[in-house]
Amino acid sequence: MSDVIWVYGEVVDGAVTSTTLEMVTKAAAVGTAEAILLGPAPDDAVALLGEHGASKVYVSPDPVFRDYLTLPAATVVESLIRQHKPALVLFASSYGGRDVAAALSAALDCGAITDVADFTLTDGAVEAKIPALGASYWNTATLVHDDVKLLLVRPKSFEPAPNPKTPVVEEVAAPADAELCKVRLKEKVVAKAEGPQLDGARIVVSGGRGLAAEENFDMLRELADLLGGAVGATRAVVDSGWVPYSLQIGQTGKTVKPDLYIACGISGAVQHLAGMKDSKLIVAVNKDAEAPIFQMCDLGIVGDVFKVVPQLIEEIKARR
Amino acid sequence: MDIVVCGKIIPASTVTIEIDPATKRMIRKGVAHELDPAAASAVEEGLRLMEQEGGTVTLVTMGFNEITIGVRTALAMGATSAVHIFDDALAGSDALATAKALAAAIGKKPFDLIICGTESSDSYSGIVPGQVARLLGVPPVTFANEMSVEGNTLTVKRQSESGYDVVEADLPALVTVTSGINEPRYPQLKGIMAAKRKEIVQYSAADLGLGAGDVGEAGARERVLEVGRPPRREAGDVVEDDGDGGKRIADFLAEAKVI
Repeated sequence: MSDVIWVYGEVVDGAVTSTTLEMVTKAAAVGTAEAILLGPAPDDAVALLGEHGASKVYVSPDPVFRDYLTLPAATVVESLIRQHKPALVLFASSYGGRDVAAALSAALDCGAITDVADFTLTDGAVEAKIPALGASYWNTATLVHDDVKLLLVRPKSFEPAPNPKTPVVEEVAAPADAELCKVRLKEKVVAKAEGPQLDGARIVVSGGRGLAAEENFDMLRELADLLGGAVGATRAVVDSGWVPYSLQIGQTGKTVKPDLYIACGISGAVQHLAGMKDSKLIVAVNKDAEAPIFQMCDLGIVGDVFKVVPQLIEEIKARR
Repeated sequence: MDIVVCGKIIPASTVTIEIDPATKRMIRKGVAHELDPAAASAVEEGLRLMEQEGGTVTLVTMGFNEITIGVRTALAMGATSAVHIFDDALAGSDALATAKALAAAIGKKPFDLIICGTESSDSYSGIVPGQVARLLGVPPVTFANEMSVEGNTLTVKRQSESGYDVVEADLPALVTVTSGINEPRYPQLKGIMAAKRKEIVQYSAADLGLGAGDVGEAGARERVLEVGRPPRREAGDVVEDDGDGGKRIADFLAEAKVI
């Protein structure tokens, strides 16, 4: 049985994503890791994939993969899979990864397990660990067919680690079919980044519906600034338009694992807990003593977030 | 413009969903159901487009009897008609099997646009729309925060890691919308009354040309082997704020050497 595991690599904002490197690290630990990198990539991309354990990289620098979404990539990966028959293909649970995986699953009539947090590969059989229903359950799932299997992996499921290889590079041809250019990227708009990015922040100060209004996020920004941390939010807050989607933490947003997570006015819906439950320390402030967040915090204050947070800010300033 | 909205009717948000250890599936029978909020956003977006362009909005959904209530909600909001794929043989379908059934039902009639939520609020796989698009051979445009149709072109603002992308596609196409795209309307009495007279077409798996190898438990590629509860994180100190809540947190942060 093949132990070759492919990683569908992604470049976002000019850099290979950390989830790509996490997946390559894991793939190299479980089997033979190979990566696919379609579209323009930074010069050191192949070397970076090799450093994390990729022994082969399929590349195409063709801008068609950047300028036209999903279809060119899905078509090329489909023919590569048919040709090389890897055991598994890993995709990030990202905007791009999910679309390509969905198209491939339908095209190849093969299963795709989503939201994978860990997996094993034994004699071609895959077992995947999935946090279900907002991590209130852990399911173990498998795919029962013989041919290639697709896994969509949650970001930050694995630690990227050095495992140096000198990858064989195979250039793949870009498709020339106009039919594949039906989803056109016209413009990329970068939202004004405020403060440190959530990804990689050691401290996250996060707000929920309990903050009641957009302007009350200023208080969290001040607290985050004082602590050198980043601001995050729940889906309810993002859906209300108070803060941009890039700050959303949860099953449908970012997954964070900071050293310290301060949850302000967050009840702890399963959707949110899925994105922050692995934080090392969790502090929660909420007026409702029954809020689920209190069942998983290290310190919980049942109280008014508009009193507790300003007092905390003053205390931190005073202790400097 | 003929719009198909693909959406799910799911256990109501007031229900704590459990997994049946025997079947390893969510317990769906016998619990209150509602139109998935993600699907309601898709219905709303379809209705706005229909109000602007004319045409129809057809809800296509799959599930057992309990879900009729959610189908009625979509019709009461203003959807023109509904297609309910309803067959015991479909129980245990995985994402791809679900997509096959939906695609077969949608493909029975010509359409201009399929609108779905980005993912359902109960299982979150988020891949069914992309599979449906591929099965029907239409381009998928996902994660739309805003969408518009001009002539034959769909334009969306698509969420991205760092902001948004402006993406366009020619119709017919499939688009998935985020829950932030709109505030779904509440059904009004008039709509609720009108919904009673609207058509709900029911299809069985056989009506859709699907056999046991395609759908249901037997057709599922994915199988759940084990259902478990994760170890509970031990709850720490939870205290009432006696006016020193902020100080207590500061003490805690000092102890943890954060400040």
